[in-house]
Amino acid sequence: MTDAPPPPAATRTGMGAALRQDSALQHATGAARFTDDLPEPPGTLHAALALSPVAHGRLAPLDLAPARAVPGVVAVLGPAEVPGRNDISPSGKALEKLFAEGLVEHWGQPLALVVAATRDAALAGAAALRPEIAPLPPILSIEAALETGALLMPPQVIERGGWQAALEAAPLQLAGEFRCGGQEHFYLEGQITLAVPGEDGDITLHASTQHPTEVQHIASRVLGCDYNRVTVQCRRMGGGFGGKESNASWIAAAAALAARATGRPVKLRLSRKADMAATGKRHPFLFRWRAGCDAEGRLLALDATLAADGGHSLDLSAGVIFRAVTHALNAYDVPALRVTGLACKTNTVSNTAFRGFGGPQGALLMEDVLFSMARATGRPVDELRERNFAGGPNGAETPYGQKLEGELIRRVWAEARQGADWERRRAAAEAFNAAHPTLRRGLGGFALAFGISFGIMAMNQAGALVHVYTDGSIRLNHGGTEMGQGLFIKIAQVVAEVFGVEVERIRITATSTAEVPNTAPTAASTGSDLNGWAAHQAAGAIRARMAGIAATAWGVPEEEVIFADGHVSAGNHRMRFGELAQLCWAQRVSLSATGFYRTPDIHWDPVAMRGHPFFYFSYGAALAEVLVDTLTGEYRVLRADLVQDCGRSLNPAIDRGQIEGAFLQGQGWLTCEELWWDADGRLRTLGPSTYKIPGSREMPAEFNLRLLADAPARANTIFRSKAVGEPPLLLATCVWNALRDAVGGARLDLPATPERVLAALRAGGA
Amino acid sequence: MSYTITLTINRVPRTLELDDPRITLLDLLRERLDLPGTKKGCDRGQCGACTILLDGRRVNACLALALSHDGAEILTIEGLAEGEALHPMQQAFIAHDAFQCGFCTPGQIMSAIGLVGEGQTGADPERVREGMSGNLCRCGAYRGITEAVVEAARAMAADGQGRAA
Repeated sequence: MTDAPPPPAATRTGMGAALRQDSALQHATGAARFTDDLPEPPGTLHAALALSPVAHGRLAPLDLAPARAVPGVVAVLGPAEVPGRNDISPSGKALEKLFAEGLVEHWGQPLALVVAATRDAALAGAAALRPEIAPLPPILSIEAALETGALLMPPQVIERGGWQAALEAAPLQLAGEFRCGGQEHFYLEGQITLAVPGEDGDITLHASTQHPTEVQHIASRVLGCDYNRVTVQCRRMGGGFGGKESNASWIAAAAALAARATGRPVKLRLSRKADMAATGKRHPFLFRWRAGCDAEGRLLALDATLAADGGHSLDLSAGVIFRAVTHALNAYDVPALRVTGLACKTNTVSNTAFRGFGGPQGALLMEDVLFSMARATGRPVDELRERNFAGGPNGAETPYGQKLEGELIRRVWAEARQGADWERRRAAAEAFNAAHPTLRRGLGGFALAFGISFGIMAMNQAGALVHVYTDGSIRLNHGGTEMGQGLFIKIAQVVAEVFGVEVERIRITATSTAEVPNTAPTAASTGSDLNGWAAHQAAGAIRARMAGIAATAWGVPEEEVIFADGHVSAGNHRMRFGELAQLCWAQRVSLSATGFYRTPDIHWDPVAMRGHPFFYFSYGAALAEVLVDTLTGEYRVLRADLVQDCGRSLNPAIDRGQIEGAFLQGQGWLTCEELWWDADGRLRTLGPSTYKIPGSREMPAEFNLRLLADAPARANTIFRSKAVGEPPLLLATCVWNALRDAVGGARLDLPATPERVLAALRAGGA
Repeated sequence: MSYTITLTINRVPRTLELDDPRITLLDLLRERLDLPGTKKGCDRGQCGACTILLDGRRVNACLALALSHDGAEILTIEGLAEGEALHPMQQAFIAHDAFQCGFCTPGQIMSAIGLVGEGQTGADPERVREGMSGNLCRCGAYRGITEAVVEAARAMAADGQGRAA
């Protein structure tokens, strides 16, 4: 790949064009097919999971006979029916069972799968099972897990400087504790796989998954077969948000098992209730910290523990903790510190990836510290925020050894403040609050530095497969999956740019393990970074061959051959792209290529907890204003102003949608989305009536959004763009800060529901 | 026991034999009539993904028993466009990027058409947001959705399409 960015767009629909989502017309006409919309092959059976009715207990071998006796039931599958291994661990570092054996560890844990002629019969079969479970006391809180030392893995600790001495010597010493909740993904399309058996042990899985390769691996492990027998395909998901990484894998494996056992196609689609009961969520965290600062509010030392509720099994918790501890300082500098990340084991569903992957939780820490410091020093939070930004007069190096771009932090913050007319509005809010007996306005800011790359270095690779046909049409395939984030159109734009053709000439195709193998999940915001370069490599290889043929035909040097506007030209020579493709074929030149990319310059030492784990950082800043009713705790977000760094955006229309949606999803996590388990460990928020995700009315009434201008990525990213999937979710932290401002700075645990806001108002005397 | 009902679905009259009185309009459309454009999000009337027009009014198809609506006229997302010509609401959703994953989109569009037909919101974004609050979008595309509904409401009023499509 070249170091310098290419000349300005070679085509109207290439890089930087604000194109709409590739399936826009299909979505608007109902023609877009999701997995549940695919025509069912003849003889398709339907499956349903039997789930544990208790949170913790000894499980006697399950008697499958009552389900088998239900009319229409074809097969009932438990751990004894697994031909391979009853192990769905995504990391391979722990035994995580598809079906519980001997012990149940959370309410809603899968016990067996019932396969029947109809979905009704499968559900009736699952309901007929009577598991015998001798209850054990469940661990249902992070505090209880900490007391008993129930951890899923060793602590991850980042240390710098003599934090202990610095803490003791600090003129001002502060301490705090707070918590944030989990978050249900609530992808509108629930988990689903259609498993279709082929001949001689082959099986095709049409899965709604962000990670087709992991589906392939885990299904193969459960079936006890080579990976090459399992093909996984996904055209699109109805939302993923991290919930269709490891969770989709075990659901697909269960469907594969049913297809293998019956020899017939099997559809496993979870009901919303079963989906919410049996699949993991965002990790709740408990934060405990001590900090030292000087009288002006410059932080000198910090000792913080970030304790996550990992649920009953490891799943992806190691990566979530890694991102939480590496983002615990966010955009700030603290010279001496210790940050300890813990994954607690509780008897709840195993928590998993969710957009931001521990980063959103980690970045809450400094906000709490800043608010405490503001109370202790009597200085405004935003002044302390600016005083402690990384870079400038402070250190720019993160405690794990990678440098932040301090000037970009200050720039996004300054632009957000300016665009929001912050000073004037703060004065207006103060005047309003002084005059109004029951309503209070609150203003909150937030600045962000979010590291881009997978925490597991090996995952930072991608492949692509590009074909050019002799009519000049192009077929594109890559390892990334489409879940609404617009990845497919962005990668097609990259390929359009390389060939100098309009994007309409490029056929976007379903992700498949048969076309591009051994892929990483579409996650960690890396989809377009990784797959964009891989597709660029594949297209570039074909273009080079085509340029060679054109150069020979015209007797010009290869580097003079230009691909633009659907044509290939050099000097006075010119032909249509399709004509050159035909010429290449006639001269027996391959018009197909694979592309491969691995992120350069990244490394991580997990023992020393040091390295350069991120290819680059994405920066952003946001400001929010809320109006709180002090009599009820109810509130509205009146206005939000966002500035997000997207580098040189590949597609500003897609990026804007990502930023808006991520912000609202973050706002939901921090405000209205509350998961609630009862004293027996049963999740009681199992549908949209009890679990409140943001609706159209929760959107900030005034919502201003700007992409940072003239800020091409300094790292050699694809066309100098930057990732956008996760970072703006964290910007919603400004809503928490605005609420906190309105309640007078008192502790405000998350989600900041009206009840908690009211309690904080009472506690703060505001 | 079998039940016979008549429904006009996307302007085509159909006589249907139902072997089960519990069949919802949603399952009827998706599983028996090969019309999977209407989506199943929660199957309990709380997310709006299955919104259709039933005699011109928007309803959650997952909560409507087919047997209770003998003789009704049903319009689904598949029946909106006339040939290549998209309904103004469909055009507006595309023009305003009013979706990401697209799973809630058919329900949003049908609900929006129903909303305009109710004639209560005009082109006021605040009232559109209120009137569309029963249709969840987890991707958070509400800004585009609201803009699309406001624009299409104007276009439909100008076209004299104030009544549902």
